[in-house]
Parts: sequence; C-alpha cells; structure tokens
Amino acid sequence: MATRPERPHYESRIMKHLAEYRDADTARRLAAEIGRIATRPWAIMEVCGGQTHSIIRNGIDQLLPRGSDRGVELIHGPGCPVCVTPLETIDRALAIARRPGTILCSFGDMLRVPGSREDLFAVKAAGGDVRVVYSPLDAVKLARRHPEREVVFLAIGFETTAPANAMAVKVAAEQGLRNFSMLVSHVLVPPAIAAIMQAAGNRVQAFLAAGHVCSVMGTWQYPPLAREWRVPIVVTGFEPLDLLEGIRRAVVQLEAGRHEVENAYPRAVTERGNEAAQQVIAEVFTPVDRAWRGIGVIPASGWRLADAYAAYDAEQRFDLGGITAVESPLCRSGEVLRGMLKPDQCPAFGRECTPRTPLGATMVSSEGACAAYYNFRQARDSAHV
Amino acid sequence: MSDGPASACPLPLRDYAHVVLGHGAGGALSRDLIEGIFLPAFSNEWLDQRGDSAVLDSTGLSSGTALDIARHLGNAGRLAVSTDSYVVRPLVFPGGSIGDLAVHGTVNDLAMSGARPLVLTAGFILEEGLAIAALATIVERMARAAREAGVVIVAGDTKVVERGHGDGLYINTAGIGVVPPEVRLGNEPVRPGDVVLVSGTIGDHGLAIMSVREGLEFDAPIASDTAPLHGLVSTMLAACPGIRLLRDPTRGGVAASLNEIAALASVGIEIDEDAVPVRPAVAAACEILGLDPLLVANEGKLLAIVPAAAADAVLAAMRAHPRGRDAVALGRIVAAHTQLVVMRTAIGGTRVIPLPLGEQLPRIC
Amino acid sequence: MCLAVPGRVESIHDDRGVRMGKVNFAGVVKDVCLAYLPEIAVGDYTLVHVGFALATIDEAAAQETLRTFAELGILEEGLAELRDGDEAGASAL
Repeated sequence: MATRPERPHYESRIMKHLAEYRDADTARRLAAEIGRIATRPWAIMEVCGGQTHSIIRNGIDQLLPRGSDRGVELIHGPGCPVCVTPLETIDRALAIARRPGTILCSFGDMLRVPGSREDLFAVKAAGGDVRVVYSPLDAVKLARRHPEREVVFLAIGFETTAPANAMAVKVAAEQGLRNFSMLVSHVLVPPAIAAIMQAAGNRVQAFLAAGHVCSVMGTWQYPPLAREWRVPIVVTGFEPLDLLEGIRRAVVQLEAGRHEVENAYPRAVTERGNEAAQQVIAEVFTPVDRAWRGIGVIPASGWRLADAYAAYDAEQRFDLGGITAVESPLCRSGEVLRGMLKPDQCPAFGRECTPRTPLGATMVSSEGACAAYYNFRQARDSAHV
Repeated sequence: MSDGPASACPLPLRDYAHVVLGHGAGGALSRDLIEGIFLPAFSNEWLDQRGDSAVLDSTGLSSGTALDIARHLGNAGRLAVSTDSYVVRPLVFPGGSIGDLAVHGTVNDLAMSGARPLVLTAGFILEEGLAIAALATIVERMARAAREAGVVIVAGDTKVVERGHGDGLYINTAGIGVVPPEVRLGNEPVRPGDVVLVSGTIGDHGLAIMSVREGLEFDAPIASDTAPLHGLVSTMLAACPGIRLLRDPTRGGVAASLNEIAALASVGIEIDEDAVPVRPAVAAACEILGLDPLLVANEGKLLAIVPAAAADAVLAAMRAHPRGRDAVALGRIVAAHTQLVVMRTAIGGTRVIPLPLGEQLPRIC
Repeated sequence: MCLAVPGRVESIHDDRGVRMGKVNFAGVVKDVCLAYLPEIAVGDYTLVHVGFALATIDEAAAQETLRTFAELGILEEGLAELRDGDEAGASAL
C-alpha cells in the first residue's frame, strides 16, 4: 500500500500554537490518564459550542472511558450564540433585511437559522440585500461606502465577540456614520451556568468554561459560582489536547471532592482577562434580562446597547411592528441546550428535523449539538458508526 | 502569448467600452464582438467557417490540430459529451478566471470518463455594461487554456442581458471527446478493498475565490488550481486500464464527491485525516474562517478509485506527472456503514463526513 | 462561540485612529484590529476572533502546558516499569 509523500504539507504541522495541541500520541496518553483516575461515572458540561464542535469533530468523546460504573460523559452546553438567539431577534433581522434600501450584514452562522417562517437565505433569494461579513468592522466599512443605504449589523455572540461588536459601534460613532446600526443580542456565560445548575433534573457535576470568553472576561467571575453550586470549573481551550487536559483536571477535582476554578488554558487566559476590552464593553453595553431560545428568560444574562449609543440601536431606529415569534411545537432545542436530552433522543431528530429542514437553531448552527450529531454521527439504517 | 485586450482586438469596435444590449441583437454590433474578440482568439478551421454548427470531418484540412482531431473522431468508437455552465464571481481571481474554468471544467468532465477531450462549444451571456476590455481578457485566457489543453472551440453564441441580470458574464461550454478502445474505466464496479486516491492538495480553488470576495479578503499565497486533467488521466489509465472510477471534486469538494460515490456504489468509504493533503496557507485560511477543506471546491484535482493491487502503480504514475505530484492515498472502500463516508481523525476517533447541504459559510463559532 | 486562531503580528499601523496590524497565520495575512492589546509588539503571537486580537499568547505558559503533557507520558512509563519490575521479582528503581 503506497505511503504518503515525504514533503510535509499537512497544515496542522505548521500552525504554531495550534499544531502542538493536536498531537495524537499525547491525546491518547491524556485519555488513558483520565481512564486511570476516574473511579466513578462523571457528567461534565462543556459550555462553549466551539468546544462541542471540536469534541465531535475530532472524536474526543470516543477516546474517553465511558462505562456505566466509571467514566466521563460530556454534556453539551448552551454556548452556541446562534442557537440561543431569541426567535424574535431573528424575525426582526428578517424584517430589516426585507426593507428596500437596507443592507443586513451578518456572520455566516446566522444565515440558515430559521425564523418563524423563513431564514435570511430565503429573504436574500426574494431580493433582500444580505451580506456575510467576517468582522463587524466590515459592516462599518460598507456603511461608509454606501451612505445612501441603511446598513444594519446583526450583533450576536457571547462575551468573546462583544469587544469586536462594541468597537464597531464606537468606530461608527467616531466617524459620524448616520446610516449604521446594530441589532444586538449578546448572551453571557456565568448566568447560564447558574441557570443550568438551578434547573430541575440537572446532572452536570463540573464545567469546562469557555476558553475564549475567558480570554476577554478573565476568570474572576467564576469562583462565586464554583462555591455556590459546588462544581469544579476548569477554563479550557478548544484543541484536542486542551479539551482532554480540561477534562482531566475536572476529573481530578471531582475524584478529590474539590470544587475550584482552574485555568487549563493559561497561554490565552489570565485571571483579570483583557481589561481594555472589558472597559469598552462596559461603555457600550448594558446588562439586560435576555430570553434564550429554547430555555427562557435568564435574568441579567445579556447585553444591549447602552443609552449613550441608542442612536445605533436598530431596534429603536426601525419600526419593526409587532413581531410574534412562533416556535415549532416539535422542537426540543431547549432541553438539548440544557443537557437534558441528547439530540438523537429527540423524536424529531433525523425525521422532521434535519439540517435541510431544521426545526430549531441547534440543528442549523455548525456547533449546535443536533447538527453536530447529525453531521458527524449519522447512523443511517443498518450503518453503525 | 498575448497579454492584453489590444492584441485580442485587431479590428476596431465601434466606440463602445462596455457591452450594450445591441451586442446581443445579432446584427452589426454582434458581428463586431465576434470578429473583434471571439474569432481572433478561438480561430480554427471549423470555427472560421462560421456555420451554425461545425461538421467535424477532415475535408479540406492538410495539417494541424483540427486534422488530428478529425482523425480521432473518424476512428471514434465511443463518443463522450459533457456540458457545464460557469457563473463564478469575481470573474478573475488568483490563479485563473472564469475563462479558464470554462475550458478546464468541461475538459475534466470528459477526462473523468476516460475520454480525450477534442472540441468545445462556448455560449456567452454578457451583462449590459460589462467592460469590453474585461471580456477580451477573459476570452484571451480561455483561448490560451484551450490551446494548452489541445482542444478547439468550434461553435459559439452570444447573448446580452439587461444590466442587473447577469453578474457580468456567464459562460456555458459543451465538449465532445473520444474514449480510446483500450480504456476499461468503470467496467468493474467499486467494491470493498479498493483504494481512494486524490491527485493533490485540496481546497485551493474555493479559498482563492474567497480571498478576493468582499468581506472575506485576506492576503495569502493561495491560487486556484484550475487545470486540465486529461493528460494525468491518460498516464493513470496506462498504469491501470481498469480504474474503477474517476471524479473531479468541484462544488461541494471531496466530501460531496465521496458521498456521491458511496451512494452510487452502495459502499462505505473510510479516509484518514492524516492523509488529507492541504497547503498550509489553505489550512490556515480555513481555520480563520471556520471552513472544512474537505467541503471546499477544487478545479484541478481528481479522485480515483482503483483496485488495491494497482494502487502503488497508479500513484507512481500520478506523481510522475506535473498535475499529480502531490498525489496520495486518502483511504479505502469498505463494506461497513454503506453510503456513509467516515474519517479516522488524527487523534484516533471517527466522524462522518456529511454531504454538504449548500454553500459552506464562514463562521464565528 | 469563539473561533479564535493564533497568528504572528508582522506590522502595526493606524487606520483612521484605530490601531491595526497585519497578522500572519501560516502564510495568510489579515488586517486585524489591535486596539485591545496596546502592549502587543511585532513578533508576538495573538489570538484573533472576527478580525480582533483578544489576547497575546503567553509563550512561557504555552511551554509549561506542553511540558506537563510530556511529563504525563514519562510518569506512566515509570509506573509501567515499576509494575514490570515487581512482576519480575526485581526492583526497577
């Protein structure tokens, strides 16, 4: 059987600070170590959808010990801003996109998220001007280039994306752009952790906190949560070795009966986080109660634009009429997002609900647990993966 | 080798710098375009006759490419026909243009059947307002691609649509080729044990397009891999006339092609993440945008399913050819998980490679 | 959330009052906003999310992390030797 050429052209090998954390040998040793120290079955939730994506994509959960008497079960958390953006927000974005003379800019993730009746792709097909951008600053650039059009940016995300979204507003204000506004739907991790622990039937015993959220916000918000709910919280990265190390440290704590905050991602996370970013966030955003799609209202779990920036708030700029969001009665995203239900346990999974005909956001988002299960773990008929 | 519009336009066009609706009306303006741009670029004995269709025999030919082609057609046992339309935006991108794709795409479709591509037709839909100079550049590149691929364009058509309806330019090409009698490609079905080969690095074309698309710009040494593959296919078939199947993974990337093969042949496919060849810059760009190289379009690569016993010989033949230097074995056909494509991940797990739903979009999550 | 990729800062400039840089990701160079990392310098590695540099990669911390991974294996090998040694009836240490 022919072997591959000697020339090393496989990407992983050359991206510094990325490649090192994908080493297969080390991954196996970490997994073996977890197997060695786990004496009971533990349920650990990774908060961030990017972590879920990496786990499923790399097959990390398959490396973990998964016996009924001892092992690690990973429960996928609600850390997918696309999944939890309220239906009303999607419907508002769709209404804005339908307006003539308006350009609706969005991250690619949002384009296929279903609103009450359609998604942004459908609106685009019907003539709406919908543009995918990589950075919020690209939307600001568009506003500068098209002074005759209204440019609206759909600003979703967790704390990781907030500095970027905040800067976009500041830049627009500084440049005096009157045709730029944002539809804001930011969500926060710490209140979500509290909500999960409070929910009846919760099985989560430890958390892998979202590494890049903590790059921005630091780790100082988590000790009160660890103490109140008596859960280990390990700040974890996204590469296979980062995730396995985060899980290992969580298991060490669980076995020892400890419940502390640990930083397993020190190369990118400090206790105080990025203070410059936190300052700008505090200037541009204000905490608000936020409805999480599929979960309900979590108090003080979101950010809206501060009053000083009201002029850039698309919700105030556009009269979007009464929007009554209609959720599919079959969709059980909420339970999936809270870790109560595995995607393949949902009756609609693979039947009424597929990536092509998604009922809820967890089937649409590339990191939504349902989409991850469907795409990466399909079992069709007799096939078994 | 000409390098600009001036050399493609020996006859003066009536004062128009941009395509107007009249250019598609079939009258003098249309003739201007044909005589000023298309004919000089694509000139060959058949096209120069300017009939409504070209009769591809050797009458009146004494030498040259056309005679060669006529002879092949005369001996033709099995004709292969294909057509494809090209709607790419932007029209010109690092490594190529819509003109190159229009030639290579159809040439490669023919090559995937084991055919030697011989002639193409070319239909153009121009948007009112398209700069004539831009059109001339693309036509010149198309002509060059055709010459290098050894095919001639024997018939064509031009229409013009109103401004706002055409994205600048659309091209359709249809192609005819002949499958040599000794080629037994596809005679035997794909079966477990067969080996999956890929001719080189993946993701180059799709990322080259993205690198210049508004909102996703970045500076990167990424160029489209657009290229004709029939020469490579020829050497592969010489090494193994009974290759099971060839596919060029264009839209939807390797993921789409492998899923199609798995479904068509009702088999399972297993590939190794460690074996997937990706250029570092392409991989880095995919990391930044959150894309999977397996789902990104290629325009100068092929997948081959070969009997296991022949895999080494075919790989050696590929690597000896300029278009197959980076060829590798990706994986194998298996009896398990029929219709599913599964990847063994670098760290030893498995995951399914799904059939892409639609266009892969950059993500932040 | 949080698709963030590490890259090397190649140059720093100002764009209409906003601190920007050219960041190199294995050959792919992108314009990145550096406003949130006023201390970052050319040659540093940074984590970039949606066109914004959010953190400077701490090289020492990275080395430390990799070292603990390497030691993990050694520990295991040592333990395995101990076991084999005991089984053979001879001390491995």
